[in-house]
Amino acid sequence: MQEVVQQLVNGISLGSIYGLIALGYTMVYGIIRLINFAHGDIYMIGAFVGYFAIRTFHLSFLPALLAAMAVSAVLGMVIERLAYRPLRNSTRIAALITAIGVSFLIQNTALLAWTPDPRSYPDVFPLRTYEIGGVYVDNRQIAILGVALVLMVVLHYIVNYTQIGRAMRAVSQDADTARLMGIDVDRVISFTFALGSALAAAAGVLVGIYYNRIDPTMGTMPGLKAFVAAVLGGIGVIPGAMLGGLVMGIAEVAVVALTESTWKDAVAFAILIVILLVRPAGLLGRQVREKV
Amino acid sequence: MSKSRVVSIILAAVMVMTAALGAGAAAPFKIGVVGPTTGPVATYGLSVIDAVTLAAEEINAKGGILGREVQLIIEDNKADATETNNAFRKLISRDQVHAIIGAVVTANSIVGGQIAQMMKVPMITATSTAEKVTQAGDYVFRACLIDPIQGQIMANFAYNSLGVREVAVLTARTNDYSVGLEEVFVETFEGLGGKIVAKESYSEGDQDFRAQLTKIRAQSPEAIYVPGYYTEAGLIAKQMRQLGMDQPILGPDGFDSPKLFEIGGDAVYGSYFTNHYHPDAGDEVSQRFLDNYRAKYGKEPDGFAALGYDAAMILFNAIERAGDAALARNIAAARAAIRDEMAKTKDLHVVTGVLTLDENRNPVKSAVILKVVEGGYEFVERVEP
Repeated sequence: MQEVVQQLVNGISLGSIYGLIALGYTMVYGIIRLINFAHGDIYMIGAFVGYFAIRTFHLSFLPALLAAMAVSAVLGMVIERLAYRPLRNSTRIAALITAIGVSFLIQNTALLAWTPDPRSYPDVFPLRTYEIGGVYVDNRQIAILGVALVLMVVLHYIVNYTQIGRAMRAVSQDADTARLMGIDVDRVISFTFALGSALAAAAGVLVGIYYNRIDPTMGTMPGLKAFVAAVLGGIGVIPGAMLGGLVMGIAEVAVVALTESTWKDAVAFAILIVILLVRPAGLLGRQVREKV
Repeated sequence: MSKSRVVSIILAAVMVMTAALGAGAAAPFKIGVVGPTTGPVATYGLSVIDAVTLAAEEINAKGGILGREVQLIIEDNKADATETNNAFRKLISRDQVHAIIGAVVTANSIVGGQIAQMMKVPMITATSTAEKVTQAGDYVFRACLIDPIQGQIMANFAYNSLGVREVAVLTARTNDYSVGLEEVFVETFEGLGGKIVAKESYSEGDQDFRAQLTKIRAQSPEAIYVPGYYTEAGLIAKQMRQLGMDQPILGPDGFDSPKLFEIGGDAVYGSYFTNHYHPDAGDEVSQRFLDNYRAKYGKEPDGFAALGYDAAMILFNAIERAGDAALARNIAAARAAIRDEMAKTKDLHVVTGVLTLDENRNPVKSAVILKVVEGGYEFVERVEP
């Protein structure tokens, strides 16, 4: 029993990381129907900005987190301006391929600039471990889950109850009509990217502190798994990303606990295939028939 | 004078000059060195390359080998298979090296060994421990102990010296080195009468091991064998402690890096691992190496450096013994002569002990067990083969 609870804790803490990255993924998709494959790399950049903020500029945890989010938000807007905006009216596959290209560009630039050497993250968030009846939980796991939940609520609020959120939803429904109604579509999309990138950066810093190891390729695998989490929860649905992340984390841990640990990575993508076959709109997504 | 005439005269002049250069007695022995100087296991490559550089400088200061200078051509393979392939082909075809020292990590040496064998260029890896590496053929040698010996020594140490009976293993399923060590460890430990209570695995690059560790914890082993590299070992140690597990971690020479402490912090203290070398276990050859290495680089050599130096010693010694045959103008003949002598290496006194290469071109020599303590490694015991 104690083992089951411990595994559940492991799964939730892993899943909250996926959820945190998936939030940004799903929001960008929700607004402009683009799967931003560079998202995992922005997450990596965020981790590095946080690293340098702490190491070089001696910032404490919270200022470093905000700095990472700010820098990544700007980077996200720059990427959108340079790489995606010129393709706004071309096919979706062109934008998708560009996103993959941007991902490679960021990753390889980072490899050149920072070397592929893994770095250990500065210890700015003192670790405290709590034992409750043989189950171990630490304050970093709680922080990650907490931050993910808070961001999910904030995001949900922004999208559903603010002026800019209304504009975002309008753009997602029909960009041309939104423009006719006087909405500055470019600004809305820019804002969406800034928000999504800031979320990715927050995840990067938290994960860097949690595992104490960052390197320029750290975004690839979590990026892919967060993508699966977003699809699982229903891509474009904000609470869905969080739910998808948690389900993924728990599923991975369950696979290790019940079968061979070799199958751990396979399960993520098996979930993707199953969800696309059985319920392509995801757990919380509405089933909409594509208009022909 | 027509344009084509000018071109042909220049060409002819170049050819004459090249021929004259080639005939010069001072043509150096070109030795390729392949290893990661960047990447997740860069510290291994840098240690090996530094030590090989030291060995070459020392021998050149004494007038080189057979009156010729040793020239090193160093290639960074980023511990990547494709880069290794490119580096080996470049060294062999373009630079026309006499021999290659490298690669450093096992998976790369398997790739490089196949090319060296195909092109008939003697290759010696300083540090690749998987048996498979030298099975590529008779041109592929190594300076370190093979995995079976490391796994065997650790199993014996765990059972006899630590007195543990129930052990769990956590293997990198995607890594030849890790899988090779795990097999032999399990076989030897069970052969002694010990019990493997859990067998778990992970993929290289994983950051979260809590699920596997929780599963292992439920079996309450007395120690955990983690045949892997320092990055994962550091994270595993940390996460074990966070899950309230205080068992010692046992490992292979992949633990040997300062990064183990950076990533693992104090969680790695009390771990044991098999290694090839420790300054406290040495004699006069190793003392001289230690002094010179410290003087040149201002730091302590690790096991990888010691093995890098050994690999260079084995190679230089073989070239020396090959004598005139190694001086042959025909590079293929020179390479073959060096290979033949290298295969005959016997009772050579190197940094890590007294070394003889067996019929499979693997060294027979002793190993050491080290304990990870604050600030470094403590010598525990020396184990003869």
